[in-house]
Amino acid sequence: MTKIISINEAGHQEQAYAIASSMKHMQGALLPILHAIQEKIGFIPSETVRIIADELNLSRAEVHGVISYYHHFRDTAPGKSVIQVCMAESCQSMGSDALAQHIEAKVGCAMHETTSNGNVSLEPVYCLGLCAQSPAVMINNQLHAKMTPQKFDALLAACLGEVQ
Amino acid sequence: MSIKVYVPRDSAALAVGANSVAKAIVAEGIRRGIEVSLVRNGSRGLLWMEPLVEVETPKGRIGYAEISMDQVASLFDANFLEGGHHPACVGLVEDIPYLKRQQRVTFARCGITDPISVADYKKYLGYEGIARALQMTPESIVQEVIDSGLRGRGGAAFPTGIKWKTVLGANEDQKYIVCNADEGDSGTFADRMVMEGDPHLLIEGMLIAGIAVGANKGFIYVRSEYPEAFYALEEAIKAAKESGYLGKNIQGSGKEFDLEVRMAAGSYVCGEETALLESLEGRRGIVRAKPPLPALEGLFGKPTVINNVLSFAAVPSILAQGANFYMNYGSGRSRGTLPFQLAGNLKFGGLVEMAFGLTLRELLFDFGGGTATGKPMKAVQVGGPLGAYLPESQWDTPMDYEAFAAIGAVLGHGGVVAFDETIDMSKMARYAMEFCAIESCGKCTPCRIGSTRGVEVVDRMKHGDEPEAQEQLLRDLCDTMLNGSLCAMGGMTPYPVLSALNHYPNDFKSNLNKISEKRGDKYEPA
Repeated sequence: MTKIISINEAGHQEQAYAIASSMKHMQGALLPILHAIQEKIGFIPSETVRIIADELNLSRAEVHGVISYYHHFRDTAPGKSVIQVCMAESCQSMGSDALAQHIEAKVGCAMHETTSNGNVSLEPVYCLGLCAQSPAVMINNQLHAKMTPQKFDALLAACLGEVQ
Repeated sequence: MSIKVYVPRDSAALAVGANSVAKAIVAEGIRRGIEVSLVRNGSRGLLWMEPLVEVETPKGRIGYAEISMDQVASLFDANFLEGGHHPACVGLVEDIPYLKRQQRVTFARCGITDPISVADYKKYLGYEGIARALQMTPESIVQEVIDSGLRGRGGAAFPTGIKWKTVLGANEDQKYIVCNADEGDSGTFADRMVMEGDPHLLIEGMLIAGIAVGANKGFIYVRSEYPEAFYALEEAIKAAKESGYLGKNIQGSGKEFDLEVRMAAGSYVCGEETALLESLEGRRGIVRAKPPLPALEGLFGKPTVINNVLSFAAVPSILAQGANFYMNYGSGRSRGTLPFQLAGNLKFGGLVEMAFGLTLRELLFDFGGGTATGKPMKAVQVGGPLGAYLPESQWDTPMDYEAFAAIGAVLGHGGVVAFDETIDMSKMARYAMEFCAIESCGKCTPCRIGSTRGVEVVDRMKHGDEPEAQEQLLRDLCDTMLNGSLCAMGGMTPYPVLSALNHYPNDFKSNLNKISEKRGDKYEPA
């Protein structure tokens, strides 16, 4: 049976090929290539693995192994907004556990999950380097320190476009 | 002439709204027809004051703390451009006791200058270390670093100069300099502050290392959680190239050195040097067995100097001001200064650079001001997630490598995280095991399996399922991890676990004990 390749998949493959072929001459090129693909597409689609492997003369298993090893790389599309909540010791000392519970309830999904409408993905992170101003969260790559449930609610509303 | 206003670009300031404050100041200046020259400096490290806006006046730089966008108009009303009085005014920044008491060597410039500007950097001894190094033989540069007593600031405290000497002695055409900027420890942010607030310092330190050992290429491996540091380094590298401090024929010496910034991908264990090298080479960050040492077979199998950001950042002052200048700070075998990072539940968190030898209590109370919540302080974790928890009886320990080793603790990267009385230490012990389970690279069994079993054992203790037997099991498990792991990830996870168990045994007692005895049932793990 022939596999039908969707337009989306073909587009991803083309993008991945353009990135991989232009960056493959770097020393230790795999991580920079994966970062560039994730930056472009938002995640690293499974259909691009073979392209990357071919360009770098690696096996698909080696490329897949690297993608799945690192917490930063995603193999599925994230929600429209990505909210990362720091759960490390310093933030715990300032109540990040309770904050995380509030965030899960407010957003409507658990850590490592995406809301059913695809609006928000929640991820735990282990240290954003804002340890003197705990607890900290990162919303769509923007850092926010000294977080409180009230401040979070306002930020969430803003990123969901609910602010009038 | 326009008046210089400083608004930090450090992540710690951005996270509390510094960008909108900076924009508002420029807009308000235009609205009022006043010419304002805005400088985006690094942070002074008085992090509870961020965003700390500073104004240059004939008397010196006057600070206005915790400024929000809404306060900008009132700053102009109060004539802050001439240091006018305002409720947020903290006076001359240099005179703030928290800053004045410090012994800043590595952080002498951070927060004062425009981080990207080579001219600003050179105004304060910048690139004088490399100027001197270029007049010296490689052997004498390495000797200067050995004589300074500098030890690796990443945590292992191995003498930096000895490492360099091994690489210098290696007979290979290609050598590398690698900077470990994978600052993953909770409670630490000094590396980030250097990269964002004084990146030329790191560039100069790595350049000196390259000239010393004969390496022409360097990589900075920055964690992906630090995007601002990544951008600041890229900008600074570009500026350094344009000024002839990177590239071919550095300052007319005929020597060559180039730098590249690489982004990590969120793996804690990549802070371990051999895992980091694997990652840079484009593989999973799996720890390598040593030997061979990275100094002989490191990046791409070539001799490699791999040091922490703060180790490289200490080198320019050592070269510019001499080994003795640096050596004269410190106590015992811990020479120089350490940028301590006060974090967690403290009133005044921030960066405190001091010579080794002051006590933890001085840091916690004289600088930190006690807990932010106002409740009694219960425990302090020093040295990141793999560091021990210290109870009050140990807070008078001097901050030096040997004194900490003597009480079964580590200084690590100088992170200090305080906890108030509400913390349950069995929860922190469990978390240490859980974190190890999440972040273990999986190569060695004690770390990969031991951490998961550790979580289960702590759970069973808390559920009152044969607590004495479980405690023995936990101690045995820690012993295996301590002695049988390949690297510090599994090998040091027992530090927080055992210190919590030894100093806070009551927290490990089950509150379910009586209930389950009565019901005659036992805890079944899910």
